[in-house]
Amino acid sequence: MLNRFMQSRLRGLVILALILSILPAFLGNPFHYELAIQMAIIAATVVGLNLLVGFAGQISLGHAGFFGLGAYFTGIATGTYGWSSLPALVVGAIVVGTIAWLVGRPILRLKGHYLSMATLAVGFIIAIILNNERAITGGPDGMPVPALDLFGWELSTFGRYSLFGIEISGVQAWYILASVVLLVAVWFALNLIESPIGRALRSVHGSEVAASVVGVDTAKYKSLVFVISAIYASVMGGLYAHFQGFITPAVASFEFSILFITMVVLGGMGSTFGVILGAVVLKLLPQVLADFQELETVMFGLILMLTMIFMPKGLLPTLTAAVSKRMRKKAGGEA
Amino acid sequence: MLKTMMRRAGQCAVVAAACLMMSAQAAEPIKIGSFLSVTGPASFLGDPELKTLEMYVEKINEEGGVLGRQLELIHYDDVGNASSARNFASRLIRSDRVDIIVGGSTTGATMAAVPLIEQAQVPFISLAGAVVITTPVKKWVFKTPQSDRMAAERILADMKDRGITKIGLISGTGGFGSSGRTQTLEVAEQMGMDVVADVTYSGSDTDMTAQLTNIRNTKGVEAVLNFGFGQGPAIVTRNYVQLGMKLPFYQSHGVASDSFLDLAGSSAEGLRLPASPLLVPDSLPQEDPQKEVVQNYKAEYEAHWDSKVSTFGAYAYDGLMLAVRAIEKAGSTDPEAVRGALENIQGYVGVTGEFNMSPDDHNGLDADSFRILEVQNGEWKLID
Amino acid sequence: MLAEFLQYLFTGITIGATYALIALGFTLIYNASHVINFAQGEFLMIGGMATVSLTAMGVPMVIAVVLAVILAGVLGIALQRFAIAPAKQADVVTLIIITIGASIFIRGIAQVVWGKEYHVMQNFSTDQPIQVFGAVLNSQSLWVLGIGAVMVVALVLFFTKTLIGKAILATSMNKEAARLVGIRTQMVLMLAFMVSALLGSVAGIVVAPITFTSYDIGIILGLKGFVAAAIGGLGSGVGAVVGGLALGIVEAMAAGYISSDYKDAVAFSMILLVLFFMPRGLFGAKVVERV
Repeated sequence: MLNRFMQSRLRGLVILALILSILPAFLGNPFHYELAIQMAIIAATVVGLNLLVGFAGQISLGHAGFFGLGAYFTGIATGTYGWSSLPALVVGAIVVGTIAWLVGRPILRLKGHYLSMATLAVGFIIAIILNNERAITGGPDGMPVPALDLFGWELSTFGRYSLFGIEISGVQAWYILASVVLLVAVWFALNLIESPIGRALRSVHGSEVAASVVGVDTAKYKSLVFVISAIYASVMGGLYAHFQGFITPAVASFEFSILFITMVVLGGMGSTFGVILGAVVLKLLPQVLADFQELETVMFGLILMLTMIFMPKGLLPTLTAAVSKRMRKKAGGEA
Repeated sequence: MLKTMMRRAGQCAVVAAACLMMSAQAAEPIKIGSFLSVTGPASFLGDPELKTLEMYVEKINEEGGVLGRQLELIHYDDVGNASSARNFASRLIRSDRVDIIVGGSTTGATMAAVPLIEQAQVPFISLAGAVVITTPVKKWVFKTPQSDRMAAERILADMKDRGITKIGLISGTGGFGSSGRTQTLEVAEQMGMDVVADVTYSGSDTDMTAQLTNIRNTKGVEAVLNFGFGQGPAIVTRNYVQLGMKLPFYQSHGVASDSFLDLAGSSAEGLRLPASPLLVPDSLPQEDPQKEVVQNYKAEYEAHWDSKVSTFGAYAYDGLMLAVRAIEKAGSTDPEAVRGALENIQGYVGVTGEFNMSPDDHNGLDADSFRILEVQNGEWKLID
Repeated sequence: MLAEFLQYLFTGITIGATYALIALGFTLIYNASHVINFAQGEFLMIGGMATVSLTAMGVPMVIAVVLAVILAGVLGIALQRFAIAPAKQADVVTLIIITIGASIFIRGIAQVVWGKEYHVMQNFSTDQPIQVFGAVLNSQSLWVLGIGAVMVVALVLFFTKTLIGKAILATSMNKEAARLVGIRTQMVLMLAFMVSALLGSVAGIVVAPITFTSYDIGIILGLKGFVAAAIGGLGSGVGAVVGGLALGIVEAMAAGYISSDYKDAVAFSMILLVLFFMPRGLFGAKVVERV
């Protein structure tokens, strides 16, 4: 039974859930919780991006644009217009999804670097609009975002709440929320990958010409995954905005888009759990390197280069390959 | 594998260093936390700020520290990113447990950290300039720079004195320029002046002739104002002269530094800007209370770092000195005591101006702390 | 009217020439190895910063320029040898991330060595602007255009007339076949990177009097160069030049006639438009896809 379980697709999900449950024991102070929450939200975002980049093979260099749109939609809806959070997230997702669909159709006809270029352009245009429309978005100095408001019940990082009679702090409550969101995001992605849609996507990645010869409507599927990944980004952007309490146009910036792609590639393209690891590492690295001060940038670049040179498939695939090779050797040695 | 090893090595190094430091200290040091934009698009602000803080913390420690305790500066680089700033502010408060924070180079970084700081109840002296930081007043937030509104007021008042009523405005799209532009538009309306041309450039642009040509062709322009910092205004200034534009030209306090003169060269001749007397310490009359403070800061900074002073470094100087003064007055690092002391500091003569804090005014400066300077013969001259 | 239009045109051509030179560097490396080198902008930065710091130390301008260019060339070779070559058969995206890591690394070192301030470089000839039909032209712009043109011609001759140039082209067309006829492909790749770095650094030096130079000017200029290369069609030298000029001119026209707030957005929209009608860029090669 254990064997069956270990092979099932839920294996990774359960392990992740276990890790998320045990982690609080190691988190010393609220700052650590905050890092963990941000890692979870960003990880969920790149899980969505991974569907586009890792499975469908379409490189997007402007993904932060959708993230930023989601963040600002939430910020404006809940802040300026007093909406409740859930409607804001849902409507935001619909709006961003629609924009992604409209933009995606023409763009996804492009191939390779030209596609990257086009997504780059879209990301930049979004960032510029967010930066310039000061009256609505607060401009480059940013805008405050009210706390998350679910059905009249407010979840703020500063509050104190009681869960099943236990007192927990705001950050701990947010941690639980972020973990649940991450698990749902991963579960959804895993289901998508194993579904006919996922198979169609992988065939497009493998060879678009062959896929269309076999009868796969490549344009429709590419568009679909583009929209899905944009919706992921939009929802996560909205949550991020609520958590941070303040957003600036930097959430839609080119640098942020590159960070997302780097997380996907570093963690392991096409590996849902790999990109989560990528997100954790890249969010943690600046914190660890902060003590290097002057040399922080140098170290970051060096680590990035060396990791990609020696582990071109990404962290998780390389590590799991190394582990299973060793296990096979041991098994082979005993036989 | 390599990366994990490196990460562990780094962590070991940090722990070792911390152990060493702990064993070396007899009395508990006073921790001053700082998050600054040392690298990135706002490094023009953060770099001199960090240099100033490091230098003066060292100096104060050599002279015996504060309340008999040594100062410890814990600083992080937010790379001009407001999210990182908020994270580092959180780290300073919760992990490093600092007693007071002097930082926040940009308005975005400051405002992102404010809710956290208000909730954590730690005194915070911001080094950013937008009006919104201290208006409305927030209990735990103070700032040392004059607001951009004051700069606009000072510039427009000087223009009005020269009989100018129609202005052409060119500003950067970054936080400083954008906020400055908004304030200029508001103040102009209040003073009955007209902004007839309003163009922008982005921080990475390398040529602004198109925008300036636009202004030049607008009817009735009598003077031009450029709001921005970094190398952008220097490019604007050079383009201005290249185009042969002769109208009175004003810059903002964002370029109040000798390095701006280096970049703009002879094109800067004749332009005016509002600035603290940092650039013309020797022109101040003998009785001016700021003269000595300013001269000392300029001399010490330039000798220590072998590079020119800037207004932004001065904000950090004033911030640190105010913090130290408040701690001394409070007699301890108890947050509420320090905050109360800060809020009641009167007559502190700093490099940026004379600070008179009050429960309603957590900035402590007014528009007159700005002097109007003009560039004559490649040097700054005090006009007003 | 005319004066205004000419003014915008001159601005556009000057910036455009800069973009064109950077785009050529991208094209060169892409042609030789199908890698998009995100560190291209850093060669620009090295050219300018090294020259400035050497002249500040008292080295005569001409020698400083030569040394700076050599430094960039060495860096280009090092990049290929130590960052790209070891990655062997890695995915395209992985290679891009490696070059991004390299650019961060180079920028970090530049920041430590040269500091974060901006530096000025003197115009090569005169500071006096030149008057043309009511518009002004910075004399340095003529240098940018002139040297740019010289380099383009030199590149064309290099690729069509010299053996090494042809070897690079051969390697890019089919690496295995090139190796079979005796071309040392590893050498060729390093050479391509070196030439691209030389190109970038010369561009950086000739443009520095206009743009000022600092440790981080490589980021945005590199990005715009990539954009220009893509518009023009990756792999096409002519495309790189046309793409660069077009991008610069559109930016300047948008700033002057439409709205300076949105000039970058206009430029990026133009890119989308071009790619919509010409999915491989203006001069991009028609690639036959093997199934």
